[in-house]
Amino acid sequence: MADPASNPAPPPSDGGVSEKISLAEIFLTFLAIGATSFGGGVVAYLRASLVTKKQWLDDEEFLAALEISQALPGLNATNMSVIVGDRLRGIPGAVLAFAGMTLPGAAIVLALGIFYASNSGNANINAVLKGVGAASVGLLLAVTLQIGHKQLEHRLDVTLVALTLVLVSFVHVPLLYVLLTVGPLAILLYRPHPARPLSPDRSGIDKKPAD
Amino acid sequence: MKLLHLLGVFSLLSILAIGGGTAVLPEMKSLTVEHEGWLSDSQFRDIYAIGQLAPGPNMLMVIVIGYRVAGFLGAFVAFAGFFVPACIIAIVTSRIWDHFADSPWRLAIQRGMAPIVVGLMLAGTIAIARTAIVGRDSQICLAFAAVVFIALYFGKKINPALLILAGGVLGLVLLR
Repeated sequence: MADPASNPAPPPSDGGVSEKISLAEIFLTFLAIGATSFGGGVVAYLRASLVTKKQWLDDEEFLAALEISQALPGLNATNMSVIVGDRLRGIPGAVLAFAGMTLPGAAIVLALGIFYASNSGNANINAVLKGVGAASVGLLLAVTLQIGHKQLEHRLDVTLVALTLVLVSFVHVPLLYVLLTVGPLAILLYRPHPARPLSPDRSGIDKKPAD
Repeated sequence: MKLLHLLGVFSLLSILAIGGGTAVLPEMKSLTVEHEGWLSDSQFRDIYAIGQLAPGPNMLMVIVIGYRVAGFLGAFVAFAGFFVPACIIAIVTSRIWDHFADSPWRLAIQRGMAPIVVGLMLAGTIAIARTAIVGRDSQICLAFAAVVFIALYFGKKINPALLILAGGVLGLVLLR
């Protein structure tokens, strides 16, 4: 989508299919995703619903929205929800898409949290959460390496990964300072250069966790 | 006062969450456990585990942190603080994004930030590991983590939710 001439399809906000999509349908669609996306990979759920089933977006538009989501702060799941909701029906669409995506999980998390707080000494609950916590470490490492294996092949990338990791995990530098120093440094190292054109990297795009 | 404090901490985390929830976990733990003393290490792990057990984004765990600090109002403030700033940034950026469609800096930002996000996600993994693989059961916990990692990284399309649930069941049997 870097070259508009190669992508003549009009943006969805310019009318067409989006005129017919009701706010209720937006809410219910995202509610279904929010209530069923267990175990990570919410992007895969979003694509199956928004591109394949509902056809509210084509693949290019989906990937363009995902590119924005990943470049910005916030979770892919919620960034994608508000961006797609906004493109379909403006701010009300964004609010309802966000509400649908988060409300089922929020209600369950709150219920579990209240239960947890009122049973703090319960050995069974502690044992279950300990097991889930340990399993999560394996899940997090697998997802990180699946997304990052390309970054671990080039020396410059490995250096930046290691620098970030050491600063955050071992030197305990606040994240703000890490982002404000290593971020510009990395972008400068990859600055646009006529002799070294960059191509977009979309590997691992479906593997982002539902974090 | 506590509510304002919650709002400040979680809206800061919201705009720092470049690379998503896992990437901001070390900072969340550092602020909520070490700086504010709202939680212990093991409570942070438990609340992260609760986030894993619910559908939708795991980062809805911030609701439980808010609830522990200031009840239902705290839960709402942590939720709004963590999600609203990032959502506003996403909507505004998406509306002006097309103006930068041809800028070569867009790719430079993508390529430059990618390894930083991977580094932050590794740091997030370590932050959870430091709370989850400790104490007298640390070897059993390490074995859990290793089995899940091998199954997901080398195995064929297994739903991670099943492995998370299996971790809970095995925990009930082995970690009591």
